[in-house]
Amino acid sequence: MSASLETIDLPHLPSSLAVHVALYKDVQNASYLRQQLLSANADFEYAFIDAAMVMSRAHVLSAIFRAVNDYSNERLKSRNVHSEIVFSLSPTNNIADSFRKFGISDSTGSLLVVKVAVTPEITHGSVAAHLAQHVQGSSIPFDDAAISQISDFAKIKKAYKLGSLPSPAASQANGAHDNEKRRLELSVLGAIALRGAT
Amino acid sequence: MTKSDPPPTTSYTPPPPFSNTTTPLIPIYQGAEAHLYKTTFLTPSTPAALKIRPSKPYRHPILDRRLTRARILQEARCLHKLVKEGVSVPAVLGLDWEFSASPEGNGAGGSWLVMEWVEGPVARVVLERWERHIKTLGRNHGSQSQDVPGDEGEKVRGLMRKIGAAVGSLHKAGVIHGDLTTSNLILRPFSPGASTESRDEDEQVSPSMEGEIVMIDFGLASQSVQDEDRAVDLYVLERAFGSSHPRTEPFFEEVLVGYRESYKGAGPALKRLEDVRMRGRKRSMIG
Repeated sequence: MSASLETIDLPHLPSSLAVHVALYKDVQNASYLRQQLLSANADFEYAFIDAAMVMSRAHVLSAIFRAVNDYSNERLKSRNVHSEIVFSLSPTNNIADSFRKFGISDSTGSLLVVKVAVTPEITHGSVAAHLAQHVQGSSIPFDDAAISQISDFAKIKKAYKLGSLPSPAASQANGAHDNEKRRLELSVLGAIALRGAT
Repeated sequence: MTKSDPPPTTSYTPPPPFSNTTTPLIPIYQGAEAHLYKTTFLTPSTPAALKIRPSKPYRHPILDRRLTRARILQEARCLHKLVKEGVSVPAVLGLDWEFSASPEGNGAGGSWLVMEWVEGPVARVVLERWERHIKTLGRNHGSQSQDVPGDEGEKVRGLMRKIGAAVGSLHKAGVIHGDLTTSNLILRPFSPGASTESRDEDEQVSPSMEGEIVMIDFGLASQSVQDEDRAVDLYVLERAFGSSHPRTEPFFEEVLVGYRESYKGAGPALKRLEDVRMRGRKRSMIG
């Protein structure tokens, strides 16, 4: 089932910290997975992200970059690099709030899982096997086409307080749609980069 | 983002994560305050501009940290605000205002800002090429006059109005650039790959002025909606034209036409520009 666990090499980050990402739809056991996080089960140290709150690959990658950079510089604000990825998606400094908005909930249907190889024991194989065993859902490729089918733009705009921006509605001509989506995406990336700037 | 100044010559270790990166950092420009590199960000196929503000060893460490942090944040905030408003500027892709020093380096740290890469020639290059072209035309026709053929005049007027409109959209959003020169305006071609690099030095061909004006280098930018600040921004641009592009200067009026049409508050700012011209950029502190 985890055939499409993707290992991503982010430019500038140390290659020793490989990033593994998998996207699932029709997830049946979100509440079980969330319980593992709440009980701080060490085997379930993942970033479990509600995929509806994600608008593109770049959106997630920028949050991962920020979290891994903060991890490397030893200035995490949350428990570990995986919780920091969920927190990094948020434009605010409220960690609990960031988990409510971007993290897995009991009703999450589409789930994005991120695992950073913080120890050498974490490999593509070990992550793929563990996820295949515990995530009940269908694995789909982590690409912009698949993500855009899942994204809830209204919720994303609300979370980033970008309500005044035009919505990338599907009904519009393709050119205008692409431009508006691009502007929303760049505004989101800026919000992630600037989070916590006082 | 082409500037003709020589690339950095001194060896310098950038702050992490760029201290140990395997992705190339191509030096583009080195100023007194910052180093600019071309690199990729988030994916190996996304070009990006990396601006590093290195620490300055001659400053007291605490002051140095505060100044660097405040300046990189100021720049990032202005850019972020403008992107949200839909103004043509490079978007912020990544930022670290904390002052991380590279562990194995020379002790030098710095703050960094990664921006969207903007492709295309800067307005200075376009105008220099155009002025050479006009000069060649004049020589070929054996005339000594400074006259510009009608269609060429129309073309450059169009570019000037686009520049005015871009500055207007910036001021409308409440941001002052602080260093408007023709080197800080990029003409981004509408279609990628439409740039005419191979014909760069060909004086027989008039350079393309098709494209969108994108403003870059917000290192001296600030947020203000005062007519005085807006007028000084325009005045600095006017002086830049006067000193760098003598044959284009007669067309500067078109920048102000484009500016006037771009937002409601343009009128008062242009009125103020007349005062600024009389006295120069700095306000008199007498009285």
